[in-house]
Amino acid sequence: MMHQKVVLRVVSKLLIPPILLFALYVQWHGDFGPGGGFQAGVIFGSAFVLYAILFGVGVARRVAPPWLMRLCLVAGVLLYGGTGVASLLLGGNYLDYNVLAHDPLHGQHLGIILVEFGVGITVAAAMITIFNVFAGQSGDEE
Amino acid sequence: MDGLNSFFEPLQGAWQAFEAFMLSEGSPGLFSYWVIIALMMAGFYIVIAHDNLVKKIVGLNVFQVSVFLFYITMAKVSGGSAPILAEGIEQYSNPLPHVLILTAIVVGVATTALGLALVVRIRNAYGTIEDDEIQAIEEGEDA
Amino acid sequence: MVLMLFMAAMAIAMARVRDLFAVVMLSGVFSLTAAAIYVVLDAVDVAFTEAAVGAGISTVLMLATLALTTRAEKASSDRTKSLPALFVVLFTGAILVYGTFDMPHYGDKTAPIHSHVAPRYIEKSGDEVGLPNIVTSILASYRGYDTLGEVFVIFTAATGVLAILGRTRRRRRNEANEDARPATGGPAADKEGARP
Repeated sequence: MMHQKVVLRVVSKLLIPPILLFALYVQWHGDFGPGGGFQAGVIFGSAFVLYAILFGVGVARRVAPPWLMRLCLVAGVLLYGGTGVASLLLGGNYLDYNVLAHDPLHGQHLGIILVEFGVGITVAAAMITIFNVFAGQSGDEE
Repeated sequence: MDGLNSFFEPLQGAWQAFEAFMLSEGSPGLFSYWVIIALMMAGFYIVIAHDNLVKKIVGLNVFQVSVFLFYITMAKVSGGSAPILAEGIEQYSNPLPHVLILTAIVVGVATTALGLALVVRIRNAYGTIEDDEIQAIEEGEDA
Repeated sequence: MVLMLFMAAMAIAMARVRDLFAVVMLSGVFSLTAAAIYVVLDAVDVAFTEAAVGAGISTVLMLATLALTTRAEKASSDRTKSLPALFVVLFTGAILVYGTFDMPHYGDKTAPIHSHVAPRYIEKSGDEVGLPNIVTSILASYRGYDTLGEVFVIFTAATGVLAILGRTRRRRRNEANEDARPATGGPAADKEGARP
């Protein structure tokens, strides 16, 4: 049923890699400019949503299988919480990144990057999961 | 191009006059709050006056955006710039409300998704997404 | 400010229009306008999020819901409900407007909100955290607990969506496999089919 939408398919095929790349840029560059885990997660998720809209939920499920998405959903939260526990074990307070490295500033950098990455994974996985569930409702013919 | 400019010229003049009025000593300086309250009222009205559940969720979103705007307006400092440290900038806008709202937006979409999921489920169970029809069905089952 | 007026007009249009597809599209434009306002108000991070979330994901989700339910809102015949609602809304609005007379003015540097912890974040975060983006410093470091809580909320919401909708899909598929009743049975038939 998608054969008549050649333009959409080609353009979205061209667009999806830059969107994913942009999401990663937003993720890792969030310390210096606007951006961060929340935005990156949403952008990353929206790339998958675009793919699922154009090529069908079934195809998108093969790219991002539900079990993987659920695993990512949990992994992000655990990464965030685990960073806190790590700082606890290294002798600091919970989520006190100063102790993560020898230099407090480096510790802060490391902690923030880990935490933001956890946020990004969870948000992206949550968006993809929610969309898949909604789109899967009406059957896989979409 | 010139025609376009001349078309917008009176508008620009009006806008500059308005801005001068907003920043002048005598103006109330509260206009932004009033617009936000108008937005909030619209959202509130949609939520309580409409029976359609999807529309209720849209209304909740409007309400939500009005609260976000309220926070962000409070954070603005006139003459300030975006809170990213750079050389030669003295005045930054308040970053704290930005943080709160940034997370609130993402949480908002997650809760919206939850609400929409409930709507779909209600539709599956009752065959309608109008509140009053659901009430009628419920009463019919009880009787 | 002009953008804000534009938004107010859109909100009222959303209340009036009965075609839900148009309402959802309007709410997408509404979010995008909000993002533009955030940029004007110096909240670049927030604008970024709003543009991605409000205009992107939530519009798509609402369209998916419309595809699963119905597109037209039923024309409400009774005015009995909307008049009291209008009254309640106007009353609330009037009280809030009265409350704004004590508010600090737009862009006021001496407002209470700018005098508590915010100056400390702005002055010290460069030395303590070492990141140029103060919003990120506060989000991930100073207020790490808050953000942890938000992540848990998102996690819970996704789990909730899975719990609410994930099961019906499986049930429907089983039903289709059994082929006990035609697939076009409609919601009522579905409901009957769920009960053994």
